[in-house]
Amino acid sequence: MSLTIEETKLRNKELIAEVLKAYPEKSAKRRAKHLDVHEEGQSECDVKSNIKSLPGVMTIRGCAYAGSKGVVWGPIKDMIHISHGPVGCGQYSWASRRNYYIGTTGIDSFGTMQFTSDFQEKDIVFGGDKKLEKIMDEIQVLFPLNKGITVQSECPIGLIGDDIEAVSKKKSKEYGGKTIVPVRCEGFRGVSQSLGHHIANDAIRDWVFEKTDADKNKFEATPYDVAIIGDYNIGGDAWSSRILLEEMGLRVIAQWSGDGTIAELENTPKAKLNVLHCYRSMNYISRYMEEKYGIPWVEYNFFGPSKIEASLREIASHFDDKIKEGAERVIAKYKALTDAVIAKYQPRLKDKTVMLFVGGLRPRHVIGAYEDLGMKVVGTGYEFGHNDDYQRTTHYVKDGTLIYDDVTGFEFEKFVEKIQPDLVGSGIKEKYVFQKMGVPFRQMHSWDYSGPYHGYDGFAIFARDMDMAINSPVWALTKAPWKK
Amino acid sequence: MAALRQIAFYGKGGIGKSTTSQNTLAALSDLGQKILIVGCDPKADSTRLILHAKCQDTILSLAAEAGSVEDLELEDVMKVGFKDIRCVESGGPEPGVGCAGRGVITSINFLEEEGAYDGIDYVSYDVLGDVVCGGFAMPIRENKAQEIYIVMSGEMMAMYAANNISKGILKYANSGGVRLGGLVCNERQTDKELELAEALAGMLGTKLIHFVPRDNIVQHAELRRMTVIEYAPDSKQAGEYRQLAEKIHANAGNGTIPTPITMDQLEDLLMEHGLMPTIDESQVGKAAAELAAAAA
Repeated sequence: MSLTIEETKLRNKELIAEVLKAYPEKSAKRRAKHLDVHEEGQSECDVKSNIKSLPGVMTIRGCAYAGSKGVVWGPIKDMIHISHGPVGCGQYSWASRRNYYIGTTGIDSFGTMQFTSDFQEKDIVFGGDKKLEKIMDEIQVLFPLNKGITVQSECPIGLIGDDIEAVSKKKSKEYGGKTIVPVRCEGFRGVSQSLGHHIANDAIRDWVFEKTDADKNKFEATPYDVAIIGDYNIGGDAWSSRILLEEMGLRVIAQWSGDGTIAELENTPKAKLNVLHCYRSMNYISRYMEEKYGIPWVEYNFFGPSKIEASLREIASHFDDKIKEGAERVIAKYKALTDAVIAKYQPRLKDKTVMLFVGGLRPRHVIGAYEDLGMKVVGTGYEFGHNDDYQRTTHYVKDGTLIYDDVTGFEFEKFVEKIQPDLVGSGIKEKYVFQKMGVPFRQMHSWDYSGPYHGYDGFAIFARDMDMAINSPVWALTKAPWKK
Repeated sequence: MAALRQIAFYGKGGIGKSTTSQNTLAALSDLGQKILIVGCDPKADSTRLILHAKCQDTILSLAAEAGSVEDLELEDVMKVGFKDIRCVESGGPEPGVGCAGRGVITSINFLEEEGAYDGIDYVSYDVLGDVVCGGFAMPIRENKAQEIYIVMSGEMMAMYAANNISKGILKYANSGGVRLGGLVCNERQTDKELELAEALAGMLGTKLIHFVPRDNIVQHAELRRMTVIEYAPDSKQAGEYRQLAEKIHANAGNGTIPTPITMDQLEDLLMEHGLMPTIDESQVGKAAAELAAAAA
């Protein structure tokens, strides 16, 4: 049953050729560049990325507004994020990313609330600046404990030329220097949500770092201050990461941006090291802080014990022996837990195959966690990755792995149909398609309403969830009624 | 009753579209035609000479006050002026904000839904300067204006704008059936103006429907917020507008699909008529002083 590596490569190459046959010639030529079979020793996966999706295909991508409001800014809990434009963008993305936070919603935290300027025809025709001012005034009255406001531009804002920068400056002055950030993340900009991340990063640079007095907040530095960058606390991920860093002796001064606050953003230039989880969405601001404030940054991976162990040591290598010993202590402490998890689940999951298609970092980062359970990732791809993501992927994937950038609905279905993996990990739009095909599925954006999956605690939950999906008795019951 | 005629006046900003169209429509009403003027300019000055005042209650300003355009009634926005000519102004935002183009779309849809065109012989759209975006092309889309009259003069930029507008008409001519009714030259007293206007009309595949001579009486009437037709009905200039009105009235169904020209062709046209000295590539981008030095 199981194929050799050479047979797998051949099968995958044939599969790529087969899906390309369904496209018109020009489209096939363009899609061919996004599909590849990984050859060991290659310095990068040989696929093109960060290019406009083809008209007519079903892409899984989002837009720049999703990247800014949904990913980067949305989780900052003590600021109010206005979805500026017609009601739909804010309404349909309302609280959908499961960025957990601590606080009293509606009083000092606003993460699961939806604020929108609900544009009407007259706002398009006459411009929305006055309405925006009014909304900010109302926010000040109704939610006096808010620590700042962001304006997340929807498409029409960029078309009608509203001057949200002028409104933001004016209102900031009126409210005694409150942080108000206009973000030009109109959905039509760029090819995916990726540009939205970049625009949001730049907005933090221009409207938080550049405009804030460095000594605004009382801050006592320690030699062990780090900031978690690019962890959105999906299902509590940042919390299960933070405790490990703290146990090894570091002090986490900021979480970007899951369960984060504006004060944490403001204090980050005082960190000794930025630890970066989602490289794709926050490498921009990490690089900026390195150039401007001389803060080094290091990428880490907290999925599965092997990668956690390596990452803890890598992070500790930037500090003194006290922290290095701390890292070893943490690794040793959780050894029993991870051994027990593996002992329990590996026999049930060994040699099971997985195909992934996710966003930012997960198409590569979760591979280690599956391998810790004895599973194999046989196909993976990024919604909105860039070339540097695919370079990093080569360190994770095995020879012969099928790589698909910005996969189309048709391709993904065909690939899964032919490869018949034991599990598919992707998003809500894909879930039911594959479940109906009888293939076990886990949502790998929202953790399927479970999580956290980061850290040692997260690994235990991850293992349980994967077992639950793959070994559910339900799959034995899915028989077509016409097949007696 | 004859079928509804829908016409529109386009042209470079400041060329005299509103003045020409109001005078012409006033003359048309003398021919017994029932007329509705739809001003599609945020400045809302397309009906000033008919109403003797700048229209204050524009569709969009009232809609903004009331909440939305659905809250308006036709009576709220329709004004009746000289010779029972009905007037509505779309209105729109202050310069530099919002989207005036969307405003035009909203207004025209409102008028159609409210039956503003019932019992009318002529609807005339008066549209601002140039077809800058889809909104201002609204009157030339399907089932809107059948004939476009471009107001122009012998000045190069006015001719350039006329050519651009022709491109807009061409785009919609096949999908919607809009036609170019003709050029109306509003005399600026530039050199060989009539000749040039006729030549341009020929190149655009249309005709110069009327050459309106310059007459200061238009200014006198305008200062009194009146058309010449009303201010001095027996004047020579009123006669010119009557002629134009009669020609437009007789022009139903005679519109053409325009054949826009390139910028080079337009320059050649000016050179041919001796308005520009013949310029070759070596002279392009050279200042007068440089050319004088080279010639010496």
